[in-house]
Formats: sequence, structure tokens, C-alpha cells
Amino acid sequence: MEKINKTQLARKSAVQSRWYGNRRRTFFLVFALTLMVVDMYLIFVWAPTESVMGHVQRIFYIHVPMAWTAFLAFFLVFLASILYLPVRKAPAWTRRWRLWERNPIWDIVASSAAEIGLVFTTLVLITGPIWAKPIWGIWWTWDARLTTTLVLWLIYVAYLMLRAYSSNRSQAGVYSAVLGIIGFIDVIIVYRAVDWWETQHQRLVVSFDRFDVASDMRLVLYFSTFTFLVLFGYLMWQLISIKRLEITIRQTKDKLSMAKIRDARR
Amino acid sequence: MKTFLLCIMLIAWKDIRLEFRSREVVISSLVFAVLVMVLFNFALNVTPDTVDIFAPGVLWVSFVFAGVLAMSRSFAVEKDKGTLDALLLCPVSRDVLFLGKMLALFVFMIVVELLLLPVFAVLFDFSAFSGTLISTIVLATLGFATLGAIFSSMAVNTRSREIMLPILFFPLVAPVIIGAVERTNGVIGTDTGIVGSGRWLQLIAVFDAVFLVLCPWAFGIVMEE
Repeated sequence: MEKINKTQLARKSAVQSRWYGNRRRTFFLVFALTLMVVDMYLIFVWAPTESVMGHVQRIFYIHVPMAWTAFLAFFLVFLASILYLPVRKAPAWTRRWRLWERNPIWDIVASSAAEIGLVFTTLVLITGPIWAKPIWGIWWTWDARLTTTLVLWLIYVAYLMLRAYSSNRSQAGVYSAVLGIIGFIDVIIVYRAVDWWETQHQRLVVSFDRFDVASDMRLVLYFSTFTFLVLFGYLMWQLISIKRLEITIRQTKDKLSMAKIRDARR
Repeated sequence: MKTFLLCIMLIAWKDIRLEFRSREVVISSLVFAVLVMVLFNFALNVTPDTVDIFAPGVLWVSFVFAGVLAMSRSFAVEKDKGTLDALLLCPVSRDVLFLGKMLALFVFMIVVELLLLPVFAVLFDFSAFSGTLISTIVLATLGFATLGAIFSSMAVNTRSREIMLPILFFPLVAPVIIGAVERTNGVIGTDTGIVGSGRWLQLIAVFDAVFLVLCPWAFGIVMEE
């Protein structure tokens, strides 16, 4: 009986250790990559060249979807943080999904979303100036949207640093969940403040959304947004499964060391 | 309600008495703020013509930098001496503990700022004692103390607490700094003000209200850990 179990276990782990991992996830990756190729074709070949800005405008199809995806990611951090923190007297229906019981999955979701969101925000902050230099003549202006994005980036850098510098895992989870909630609410106030601050000083007011978007361009923008959402979904899936595996490895190691101690005592 | 306020006062009073004996926080923050201001003077090359433009920014940056010093001491002292556990054993709720620590921090920061204000007024040539300026200082410091207390309690348990506190604190407190600088601009600077100064006070007040609700709750969770 035990022998059969062992062979089953061996087969199962062999399936999991293949380089492409889980088959459904591989299909999803292929899907995301196909979309990406089509998206690149649409952006660089199919989309009409903008009459005023020329080819530089094409970066807009990557920049804006990434910004939207990053905001979505940070909203996900906020939601997962709320679900992770324990609540006294949680309603009975939540028990089925183990909400508000410090279920580690919410911590994993929050940290994965923060990591991916930070990568996307970094790319947004890089592609923005590349577009701005030929159009505005300067790399950076302290426009409300730009400043808020920079502060957002700093908040989530702090979030990941807090996780890295925490003294243990459960502390990292709780502290970062608190920051995930406080930080997201703060961003709303930051935007309000920076918006007024900008009007106070009447800076250069040119934004991406000020120019007329033709219907073909809009189609490409929406397609590109969909592509980046699929990419985000794939990355989330991958990161979550990696982090779950890490937990399994740690637990197994703990069990092994416990067993070793027990054997040594004998 | 009465005992609630009394407990808050008692916890704050404990910190203030400790400060009377050691005089650690107030003196070091004061000296540090003056140093920051002197360095800004070199960096910005302040002349009588430009003093109005730079004064509000220099004022608030040195206040915030001095405040971070006070914040880092707030929970570090409790942690180093092991009194944090004793404090947690007090038969009061965590909200009371938080508000007490926050009140003490607020008092230290206000004292430092009120001592600095005349010095600034002389060096940067403005009249210090206007109601607008004082109300801005009180409300903005309340915001600093609230966020400062919660991040101090978090940073003190991490591996590199001196680094973590400013990294957590500065980005989140950005709206208060913007609001305070802009409102001070209305008093000191030559700014005409498209956005009225009352609006900035509202912004800071909203910030204070939001975090005065959120932070005591968060403190309870942080201390459970």
C-alpha cells in the first residue's frame, strides 16, 4: 500500500518538476505571448501615425495600459491586505473562504501584486519621459499625474522594503498589510494635494488624454490594455505559485530538521 | 470618556516626564533643525530678494526632519529598555496607548517648532505670530505625529529601524507637507494664491481625521504581532 503511494507521489512530483510546470499555465503563457506579438504588430504597423507627434506617440499604447494595470495591481494589494488582516467577529459566511483568518494566500496575493505593480510603475516612469522629451522638450515636469505616480512608486518601494527588512514572515505579512491599506488611502489624498499644488503654480498642462484619439487608435489602445491585463494575470499566477512552493519547501525543511533532531535523540 | 482621556494624558505625561529628565529629544531635534536650515542657506544661496520664495520650504523641511528624529526615539526608547511589554500589559485598550504615545510626540514636536519659529522669523525676515501660521503648524504637526507614531511602532521591530522610518514616513506625509508649505506661502511669500489658503487647511484637516481613525486601529494589529 505504501509502495503504491510512493510511486504515485514520485509521478506527481515528476509532472510538477517539468520545466514548463503546470500545463494550463503554459497555455496561458502562449496565449499572452501571442497577444503580445499581435499587439506589437498593431502598435507599430497597423495603427495610423499621429499627425502632430509622429511616431513618438506610439509609446502611448504601451505607457497608458501599463499605468492602468499598475493601478489595478495596487488596488488588488489594498483588497488583499483588507482580507488578510484578522477581524474580530467576522460574519459567518466568510468562514467558507477563510477570509479574515490570516489566510496566507491573501498575503501572497498582496505581495505578488505589489511586486508586479512596482515593475509596471517603473516602466511607466521610464516610458513617460521618453515620450515627453521630443513632445514637451523636457524629460520631466511636476505635473499632478507625474508627481502622484512618483509618490505612488515610492510608497510601494517602501512596502517591499518593509517586507524585506521585517524580522520574520508573519510580521512582514501584517506590517505590509497595514501599509497596503494606509498607503492606498493616502494616494487619494496625495493626488488631491498635488492637483491643487499644480494649479497653484500653473505648470505645463499637457496630458495624454488632451488630444483627440481617433477610433483606430482607441481600438489599439483597448487591445493593448487587454494584452497587458493578460500579461499581468499570467505574472500573478506564476508568482503566486512560486510563493506557495516556497512555503511548501520551508515547511518540508522544518519537518526534516525536526525529524533529524528526533532521530538524534534516539 | 473621562477615564479614556485621563489614561491618554497619563501615558503622554510619562513620556514628557522622561523627557524632562533626559532632555534628549527636544535638544537634539532643535540643533538638527537649525543645522538643516544652515545647510539650506548654503544650498539655495538665500538673498534678501529670494528669501520669500525659499522661507516656507526651508521652514517645513527642517520641521519634518527634526520631527523624524523625535519619532525614531518615541518607540526606540520603549523597545531598548524593554518597557514596551510593560506598556502593553497596562489595563487599557491599544487605542489609548497609541493616542498617548502620539500625544507625547505631538507635544515634543510642537515645542521644538515653537522654539524654532522665532529663530526662523529673525533669519528669514517674516512675522512669526500670525494665526494662520500657528493653526497650520498645529494641524500639520498633528498629521506628522499620527503617522510618525504608527510608523515608529512598526519600524522599531524591523531589522534596520533607522532606515525604515523615514522611508515609510516621507512619501505618505507628502500631502501634509504640500498643504503646509502652500498655506505658509500665503502668509510669508508673495504668492497671490489661486487656490485659497482655507482649502489647504481643509486638506490637512481631512488627512488628520482619516489617519486619526485608521492609525489607532492599525496600532492594535501591529502590537498583536
